[in-house]
Amino acid sequence: MTLRLPSVRLEPRTVVPRWLSPLATVAAVAVALVISGIIIAAVGGDPIRSYLHILNAAFGSIGVLSDTLVKATPLLLTGLACALAFRMRLWNIGAEGQFLLGAWGASAVVLAPLLPPGTPAIIVIPAMMLAGAAAGAVWGLIPGVLKARLGVNEIITTLMLNYVALFWIQFWVFGPWSEGGFQQTRPFPPEALLPRLTDFSSAVPAFAGLTVHLGLVFGIVAAGIVWVVLERSRWGYEIRLIGDSPKAARYAGIDIKRNIIVVFAISGALAGLAGMSEVSGVVHKLQDRISPGYGFTAIIIAYLARFDPLKVIVAAVLFGALILAGREIQPSGVPAMIQGIILFSLIVAEVFVRYRVRFERQAVLA
Amino acid sequence: MDFGLILAAGVATGTVLLFAAIGEIFAERAGVLNLGVEGMMLMGAVAGFSTTVSTGNPWLGVILAMLAGGLISLLHAVVTIHFRADQVVSGLALTFLGSGLARVLGEGLSNAGNTELLPRLTIPLVSQVPVIGAIFFRDQSILVYVGYLLVPIAWFWINRTRPGLHLRAVGEYPAAADAQGIGVYRLRYAYVFVGGLLAGLAGATITLATSPGWFSEQTTNGRGWIAVGLVIFAQWSPIRAAFGAYLFGAISRYILDVQGAGTILGITNPFQAGRSATFFLEMLPYLLVVLVVVIGSREAARKRVGAPAALGTPYVRGERGV
Repeated sequence: MTLRLPSVRLEPRTVVPRWLSPLATVAAVAVALVISGIIIAAVGGDPIRSYLHILNAAFGSIGVLSDTLVKATPLLLTGLACALAFRMRLWNIGAEGQFLLGAWGASAVVLAPLLPPGTPAIIVIPAMMLAGAAAGAVWGLIPGVLKARLGVNEIITTLMLNYVALFWIQFWVFGPWSEGGFQQTRPFPPEALLPRLTDFSSAVPAFAGLTVHLGLVFGIVAAGIVWVVLERSRWGYEIRLIGDSPKAARYAGIDIKRNIIVVFAISGALAGLAGMSEVSGVVHKLQDRISPGYGFTAIIIAYLARFDPLKVIVAAVLFGALILAGREIQPSGVPAMIQGIILFSLIVAEVFVRYRVRFERQAVLA
Repeated sequence: MDFGLILAAGVATGTVLLFAAIGEIFAERAGVLNLGVEGMMLMGAVAGFSTTVSTGNPWLGVILAMLAGGLISLLHAVVTIHFRADQVVSGLALTFLGSGLARVLGEGLSNAGNTELLPRLTIPLVSQVPVIGAIFFRDQSILVYVGYLLVPIAWFWINRTRPGLHLRAVGEYPAAADAQGIGVYRLRYAYVFVGGLLAGLAGATITLATSPGWFSEQTTNGRGWIAVGLVIFAQWSPIRAAFGAYLFGAISRYILDVQGAGTILGITNPFQAGRSATFFLEMLPYLLVVLVVVIGSREAARKRVGAPAALGTPYVRGERGV
């Protein structure tokens, strides 16, 4: 049997024009939106109205813009977690679980309680950040150590630990920390809450109703730090070298196993900090539904930003908008579907950046 | 608790993992890692269920479920085989896309109510064999029997036939296969598609046989990923995959039964559904996958057999292969 397939020849580009990569990214997102629009129309929706709705409901006023930034905050921190790991070609698909553990660790500070009630915020908040980051780091260390020491595939372990983390949270909010048998804990005391803009509305009336909180600053600072480490430090160079060419890194005498463990721990800590910021800044208590899949969207964000920590900020805001406004769009799977299509488009776009693509007339391949 | 009944139900539940894992074994043996199993399964689950709801014909449902899984898998095939994209990222994208699309298509299906299911059969004679008969051959869905047949067929195909030899060659040493005149791209497309068909069938097994209905992403609840983990444990062998799949099926059924019991050996059952400790029980299958993958990796390292050598790498004629 012979089968004729259209032949595509890919020639690696020797020189990649500077404008090509950003153009390909924008084009990929545009194409993804068109394809998603066709699907929305096919199932009886109105794509134009859906998209206009997203724009309006995410950026239409200062109030909704603030809500978008609130959604972007956990995405920014988990996106950084993924970008850092992916830069070394470590597939940490477990940001979701590390986020949940971070939320749990931060909650433990007030609920266990690890600090006596009435401790001032200046101590409680840093303690919660530390506990959240530490719990996330531990959750990241497990797959990191398993990969470095035993060669266990990290994709499977990080994914499975996401499920374990969710049941772990459920145990605490249904059990020891449950308030009155409801699936949530008691509200955090005021000293355990991250300040929001609206908390200063008595001084600045314009801030009234703006829920954007200090976690956003954590995210932006973290993005800056990760950028400096990756791009300007010797250790960041090691991470990038391992990601680009493990063989070269090994010849250069870089300890790959140690880096796997350390990067996994830091990646987990960033996602854990996201969980802390979410419970302390938004939810103000622990419950089992604190994430609509931030840790999974983070994967796409990291990819859209091409693992560049500063671009992660922009990508996080875009996906924050999609998640915020997407809640009201019917059918409810549309945002998830758009995310999948965007990721596919980005992959294909990357091919056009890396290679000169030549379509040839049919060739016999069998 | 009747262990015979638990094991019988476990075999039915395990059939879902069996189809998905064997599909993934075919794709990976050809050198293509497809992490989109969860997405393909959800596509199959929703296609099978909605078709059956609207036509009343579960067989048509099974066919469309397989086609849905197969068609969406071709996206992964094009992107990774022709366009040489990273198989990990493309597989993740397939999971996102499949889950999202399945939820879009399944909108409103959760209230579809009861529908026609696939027939259940008791095999004469063998069902009378003590123990074995009750577990494997009594009142099982027809798809469970399809699973029994698939295991030896898959094993024979991969290890004892010429096309199976070509399959292994393409996954182990595509350059040599190419030199022998074997169509590397063609076979990779074919086996990714077979993987998609079987993942779709796995999805239909859930919605049309083991736990009928559409429950959005909860329908599969990570079982696609468990199947990917099982493949590592199974070391790419259909026989070991069957063992793992049925074992997992039995364990997850056993967990359900433990959650239903008020007392165990006269002691109040702390794991009963509604009590908080039940969540530790729920973690077990996922923790078990971690354990099983650790075991699989250790064993592979010790015996120096492991993943197909070309797994995860695109093949380009004329470039230095593996």
